[in-house]
Amino acid sequence: MKLRGTVWKFGADVDTDAIIPARYLNTSDPAELAKHCMEDADPEFVTRMRPGDIILADKNFGCGSSREHAPIAIKAAGVACVIAPSFARIFYRNAFNMGLPIFESSDAYAGIEQGDEVEVDAGTGVIRNLTRAAEFRAEPIPPFMQQLIADGGLMAHIAKRGS
Amino acid sequence: MTITEKILAAHAGADRVEPGQIINVWVDVALGNDITAPIAIREFRKAGAERVFDRERVVLVPDHFAPNKDIASAEQCKVLREFAKEQDLAHYFETGEMGVEHALLPEQGLVVPGDVVIGADSHTCTYGGLGAFSTGVGSTDLAAAMITGEAWFKVPESMKFVFRGEPGPWVDGKDLILYTIGRIGVDGALYRAMEFTGPAIDRLGMDDRLTMCNMAIEAGGKSGIIAPDDVTRGYVDGRALREPVYYTSDPDARYAAVLEFDCAEIRPQVAFPHLPSNTRPIDEVGEVVIDQVVIGSCTNGRITDLRRAARVLEGNRVARYVRCLVIPATQEIYRQALREGLFEVFLDAGCAVSTPTCGPCLGGHMGILARGERAVATTNRNFVGRMGHPESEVYLANPAVAAASAVLGRIASPEEVVS
Repeated sequence: MKLRGTVWKFGADVDTDAIIPARYLNTSDPAELAKHCMEDADPEFVTRMRPGDIILADKNFGCGSSREHAPIAIKAAGVACVIAPSFARIFYRNAFNMGLPIFESSDAYAGIEQGDEVEVDAGTGVIRNLTRAAEFRAEPIPPFMQQLIADGGLMAHIAKRGS
Repeated sequence: MTITEKILAAHAGADRVEPGQIINVWVDVALGNDITAPIAIREFRKAGAERVFDRERVVLVPDHFAPNKDIASAEQCKVLREFAKEQDLAHYFETGEMGVEHALLPEQGLVVPGDVVIGADSHTCTYGGLGAFSTGVGSTDLAAAMITGEAWFKVPESMKFVFRGEPGPWVDGKDLILYTIGRIGVDGALYRAMEFTGPAIDRLGMDDRLTMCNMAIEAGGKSGIIAPDDVTRGYVDGRALREPVYYTSDPDARYAAVLEFDCAEIRPQVAFPHLPSNTRPIDEVGEVVIDQVVIGSCTNGRITDLRRAARVLEGNRVARYVRCLVIPATQEIYRQALREGLFEVFLDAGCAVSTPTCGPCLGGHMGILARGERAVATTNRNFVGRMGHPESEVYLANPAVAAASAVLGRIASPEEVVS
């Protein structure tokens, strides 16, 4: 699977309150949450981004709360994937459970700018900056997580195990 | 093995586990609240599940937007209530019994030393203060555990933090953990278990231990833990609903890093906006005028915290145009504070005392900040917009500093108020 889109670049330690502020958590409706995606990091993001765009952030993306509303909001807004040097632990886990593709890459952040056109090969983990003709590599996904994705997420994985 | 590895091994049915290994463990408690449980319940139904794995071990606490702050929140709390009725859950806490979940579960003996606990709330790591392995997960992980009674984990590496020396009079567990986060950063313990140890930890009471482990997540930690001892036994005796198991780390246990801190050098800490790691000693805060003070939350809403705040507020008045909100974290703490006369102190000082709720900590309700306003809070996060308007600011501190700040209308040391 190849994901291709325009990059929105954010800084380090983007927290879950910035991704989806708690004032909107009186619902878990994905469409409602999507309206406020990244609102406290960039209030214009939701109105200006297009489906298929890519979020690129510096280290520790998704720190803070365990709210699954964060990957839900990002996915429902139409973001194709998130690339960062590292992700906060609970966000990382939630993203896999939700089926939001995320890629850990130590060097992509420095080599990609806001507005660049980027293509990610989810199979090989190769990230290509089409605007600047540069290439980066994402960390391989641990085998167990690959199995979760192959099964269609955590709940499908459990159903498959028959427990 | 470390205490964390021992607990995980015991719950995986293994003799030993290694960091990095992916294991399946059975969980002693699976917890959800009014924000996260509605999604978990939806997933539970989507999976075609009919009964939870154990009606005694699935715990639901509507505490974030409860007492219901608006119609949408009321609907979310109703989802929990209906599910609790349908599944005949033993531990569902209605407003009136409800407390802030991470203060409530230890108090009610629902979590005991040696447990594995998952909760769809990032501050589930609090129970490490009892010597349990506990960690926050998302709603889907909670749904899976509600059905199967199990969860998968990558065994974390452990980091050891050794606290030596005697802390100063106004330095408490909050300062030790804020100082630690300030030193290592908000991802300084990413994916790792933080083990707090040393003579200064041995002397800490349970409330301070819970405060420290509560904020492990603010350093990116998977969990925080303190090996159980006589303090733990004293707390657990008479509360525990199940038999505790007391684990400790082996002398040859392996750590990814060992850090040593001298508590004598740690002053009361204030975390400036907008990260918990942005800490300064109280002596270096400068002139920061404030609009609101919040004393409460799963971090600092326990009786010890209220006593410390009362000691500073006694005989003083909250500064003009400053709101000081005191929120005991559970009904039992509320009653205890009332009995001890702390409410008199708070009311005389001009504080508003609230029924238990997470409320303002996450910008939910009961104390939202307007544009440009500043709050000193005993809570755990000071992210952009955390307590209200995206242009408001939250400064994190211990209860005594928060109380002193309420009196002087600027961030202040208790030493300036209490002679």
